Amino acid sequence: MNSKYLGVIMAMLSATAAYPLQAKDLPVFNLSVKDGHFSPVQVEVPAGEKFKLVVKNEGSGTEEFESSDLNREKLITPGASVVIIIGPLKAGSYGFYGEFHPQTARGQIIAK
Amino acid sequence: MLATAIIVFREVLEAALIIGIVLAATRGVVKRSAWVSAGVVAGLAGAALVALFADVISAAVAGAGQEVFNASILFFAVIMLGWHNVWMGRHGRELAQQMNAMGQAVKEGERPMHMLAVVVGIAVLREGSEVVLFLYGIATAQQDQAGQMLAGGVLGLLSGAAVGLMMYLGLLRISSKYLFRVTSWLITLLAAGMAAQAAGFLVQADLLPAIVPTVWNTSEILSQNSVPGRLLQTLIGYTDHPTGIQLLFYVVTLVSIAWLMRLYGGAPTRKTACVA
Repeated sequence: MNSKYLGVIMAMLSATAAYPLQAKDLPVFNLSVKDGHFSPVQVEVPAGEKFKLVVKNEGSGTEEFESSDLNREKLITPGASVVIIIGPLKAGSYGFYGEFHPQTARGQIIAK
Repeated sequence: MLATAIIVFREVLEAALIIGIVLAATRGVVKRSAWVSAGVVAGLAGAALVALFADVISAAVAGAGQEVFNASILFFAVIMLGWHNVWMGRHGRELAQQMNAMGQAVKEGERPMHMLAVVVGIAVLREGSEVVLFLYGIATAQQDQAGQMLAGGVLGLLSGAAVGLMMYLGLLRISSKYLFRVTSWLITLLAAGMAAQAAGFLVQADLLPAIVPTVWNTSEILSQNSVPGRLLQTLIGYTDHPTGIQLLFYVVTLVSIAWLMRLYGGAPTRKTACVA
């Protein structure tokens, strides 16, 4: 088993190193988070299309973008921006929140 | 304070459950506490490093560094868990006989603890680095509430540890005849859940296709964000709306470990249990 799994991992790591992330031409939507608040709190995106959500942390502490609706979780250190590739989504609304400020940091992605 | 406690509790839970299972699975092993403690200490040191270099990790691999890092250490933990189980499948019968002959004071110094210690270290590292970043964040944002925050952090940590302890004590109530079987199944499920989680990270990084975006959705019935949902997520890999590839990784891991345990395990452990 070990050699099999090791093989898979090696393949994955080497693929990772050489893999051109196909994120370049995707439409971009911006979001910022500051001290436990997202802005804007609603992001409208086209349904049925893959897109990039760029989340910038303008606050003083680390935040974790988390969405169980979207199966995404990513840490954003202060001052940093992260890219989260999402979709294609069916039309509907998908909640997200800041794991470190779950009461105040809440927002939605609306796919239309 | 309570908000801090809840967030820390949620982070600590997974590591605490894993430590509880590892301790139960290694009952009677000489020096297991030293191994598990070493795993925890190494995990904490690793967590501090990961937190310190969070920016560097995040920016690596064209911005997919977090995902690749998480997926890699999860796969590594899966290998360690699988390896441990196959080893146990092979030597379980001897161990059961020894245990039978010598009661609780079984000496089995050659039993490889390092694999499970690595798993403990990885669990502590993953959850610990988030706790460090979280606490550091509120410490800088709200300096006046440092005391409250610290109290919340400690409360969360203790609550998480209490759940781990309950897991351990609960498992110890199982007769030693069945304990190895139960813990090896728990470890197999743990590994399968971790493999699925790793696949999820690779989908997020756009390195693996989801295949099916949502195989089922039970978030209305049992949300994976609720405490019971989190418990099940750690223990059996429960996800309220898994992607196709996550399910595939889960099943392949489960079947592979079970198959390898049979393949290398020789006589089925059932026989041993009856004899014992």
